[in-house]
Amino acid sequence: MTETMRPPVAEEADGASPLNRLRLIRWSDFSLVPVILVLMVIGFIVSPVFLTSSNLISVVQQSSELSLLVLGQALILICGRMDLSLESTIGIAPVIAMWLVLPSEGGRFAGLDLLPVWMAIPACLLVGMAIGAVNGFLMLKLRVNGFIATLGMLTMLRGLHIGITEGKSITDVPESFRYLGKTDWLGAPAAVWICLALFAIGGAALAWLRHGRSLYAIGGNPEAARAAGIRVDRITWIVLALGGLLAAFAGILYTGHYGSVAATQGNGWIFQVFAAAVIGGISLKGGRGTLFGALTGVLTLQLVVNVMTLGGVPALWNQFLNGAIIIVALVISRFASGEKQD
Amino acid sequence: MEQQQRAPAAVHAEGIVKRFGPTVALDGVRLTVRPGESHALVGRNGAGKSTLVSVLTGLHRPDAGEVTFGGEPAPPFGDTSAWQSKVACVYQKSMVVPDLTVAENLFLNDYGVRGSGSGARRLISWRGLRRQARDLLAGYGVDVDPDARAKDLPVEQRQFVEIARALSFGARLIILDEPTAQLDARGIQRLFDKLRELRGQGVAFLFISHHLQEVYELCTAVTVYRDARHVLTAPVAELSKAELVTAMTGESAGTVTAWHAARAEATDAPDPAAEPVLKAEALALDGEFEPLDLAVRPGEVLGLAGAAASGNTALGETLAGMRTATSGRISVRGRTVKPGSVPHALDAGIGYIPEDRHRQGLVLDRSVAENATLTVTGRLGPWGTVLPSRTREFARAMIESLDIKTQGPEQPVSGLSGGNQQKVVVARALARGPSALIALRPTAGVDVKSKDSLLGVVRRVADEGSAAVIVSDELDDLRVCDRVLALFHGRVVASFGSGWNDRELVAAMEGVGERE
Repeated sequence: MTETMRPPVAEEADGASPLNRLRLIRWSDFSLVPVILVLMVIGFIVSPVFLTSSNLISVVQQSSELSLLVLGQALILICGRMDLSLESTIGIAPVIAMWLVLPSEGGRFAGLDLLPVWMAIPACLLVGMAIGAVNGFLMLKLRVNGFIATLGMLTMLRGLHIGITEGKSITDVPESFRYLGKTDWLGAPAAVWICLALFAIGGAALAWLRHGRSLYAIGGNPEAARAAGIRVDRITWIVLALGGLLAAFAGILYTGHYGSVAATQGNGWIFQVFAAAVIGGISLKGGRGTLFGALTGVLTLQLVVNVMTLGGVPALWNQFLNGAIIIVALVISRFASGEKQD
Repeated sequence: MEQQQRAPAAVHAEGIVKRFGPTVALDGVRLTVRPGESHALVGRNGAGKSTLVSVLTGLHRPDAGEVTFGGEPAPPFGDTSAWQSKVACVYQKSMVVPDLTVAENLFLNDYGVRGSGSGARRLISWRGLRRQARDLLAGYGVDVDPDARAKDLPVEQRQFVEIARALSFGARLIILDEPTAQLDARGIQRLFDKLRELRGQGVAFLFISHHLQEVYELCTAVTVYRDARHVLTAPVAELSKAELVTAMTGESAGTVTAWHAARAEATDAPDPAAEPVLKAEALALDGEFEPLDLAVRPGEVLGLAGAAASGNTALGETLAGMRTATSGRISVRGRTVKPGSVPHALDAGIGYIPEDRHRQGLVLDRSVAENATLTVTGRLGPWGTVLPSRTREFARAMIESLDIKTQGPEQPVSGLSGGNQQKVVVARALARGPSALIALRPTAGVDVKSKDSLLGVVRRVADEGSAAVIVSDELDDLRVCDRVLALFHGRVVASFGSGWNDRELVAAMEGVGERE
């Protein structure tokens, strides 16, 4: 009888017609696509500038750094955890990297001159990974509450950032940062291509890699995952480190693009990150959501800001409208998907 | 008795119809529970029991039909407090707030401020609240400290608190939905004693259980539903067990116990000289069980019987790698298994069916295919990939061989019935073709037919030359075993061959009449 337990070698297509499978797709993952289309129509009506390639490219360019944080956060949320400190990582990781490579005298910012300049990017990524790993240590080994632990980390890293830079912006950005932030590939900024590639890799990993797929099991029911032989703590830890790494990489792109690191780099982003993830269909309780959904969440938020700017809404009202948009988008996606957001 | 027959029924439901979209959940069913009666409602999963409970407690509005309580029509739909004064349901999952005291739970959202008679008091009088709670509990003969935190109470006492709370609202009908699922035999006895006592005070009970033995022990009448229809209502005393099972399944009882026959053929299969597949030497876990040795030979099913605190569950979890043993070693086919690591246990060939499918068994949001292949993701594609086509094929083979009722491999597990969910858990354990299968209460909360097929699967695994261990306190689960060890307070107190009788085994699990 054991033979029947193993998959038959050749399988006749019976119950699994493509149509049958189509019925079981989670349409909620696509609930923001019509919203994006509507926004584009509104944008086109509001201003003829909207549909120009330079405007659209600037929208996706501005989305790229945020989307990397959302990518990291989405993976962490699917695992059933959260990491608030990503918004500080995007600032502190490039600062520490530059601090290590910049010469101790000559520039406006005195570095330590410990590492060669080509080490700037690897050092920055390592710092991000280390922050994620420390978060993992706090949550998984010491079993402290992840929300408060990463909130503490957020505050502490912001303070460290201000302490190291003495509250000033650093403008001596290494050439490697500049290259990644400013180059165009095939008519669009390199950052955009890199983001798309990372989302594609992430989505593929969640769909077709055993460790990627196990994230859903871990977030959905960690005990069941453990009973099925998944190394829950190890994988969660890796995902947290990966989240830090992505945040650090976002920091490189952002720093390179603007040619400086402000003391407030990333300040307040975490709200946008969570908003984008949740309206994109990622459950805060873990185990549910897709990276495609998360990406549509980012695009929705950025398009709204863009359309409002083109529509001549005074910048002073941006913050108010941003908050309002998040709430409206939440309500729309709640009813579009028909699922509770918890 | 005469008087009770004439008094209006505690609840009377007639011609109840309830549809959910195209599905008919209740098709003109009826039910009558008399005051002071324990009435059992039985039926296989999907028979419509839970829908009827929702209708009777005012959670669902029936599409047709009429419900009366004590002769009066049911309160309007949505008037929660009116429903509360008529009927209450004690669910499988406890509805008390674990971190509040018993007194607070009893007067939740009331706190004796309203309705205490002493006028418009605004502040909570804690002393008064405790006194009221004590009086209330004493009135129903419930011996629970009102200052204790609800989470510190044993399960059956928590149920007493819930029942007392319902009675304090004026309800004279209590619905018990699988109340014994989380209880050990002693707790069940205490619960039943209490129920009989309350019945003497005129409280009526509607008792929903998969456990037919309990129906015979406690109830005076039984109603059977099958496929959303009413099949029969009869006094328990006039109905044999076989007739009851026939009414539930619509089949003759002979086929239902097919695995007994399978077991009989296999009795001589375990060869005493064969090298044991699964071996535990001086295995111990502090606070749970004392050092013990186990050896399970190929083709053998070993039963580990024991009540809730006997340590048999902990032993099962330790064998599966969910817990790390304090000392001793486990080996499969002579190879030592790294303690406390599920991946190593899996690699060594140990398959694990966890105790609680919601807690450890399933990721409810995910598909049948994904849940069934959770342990074999490494075999579904090259270089760590998991190919959807192979996953589906694998799942379809599992669905077929275990007869899982599902729309297809892509359906989320949350949409399956309890018995079929459990089959998915079993599929996950069998996916690797284990050489030793550890099953913890494999039939908890599933219907009679699924129960038989699940136990049949365990038996089959053993008959194919693997070893199987069943950890349970259900006599029906233990009947498939070739050998049963009874645990009590972390020690093996008795060992039985296949010819044990119920009384001996129950006595051993309860720590009375130790043998050996």
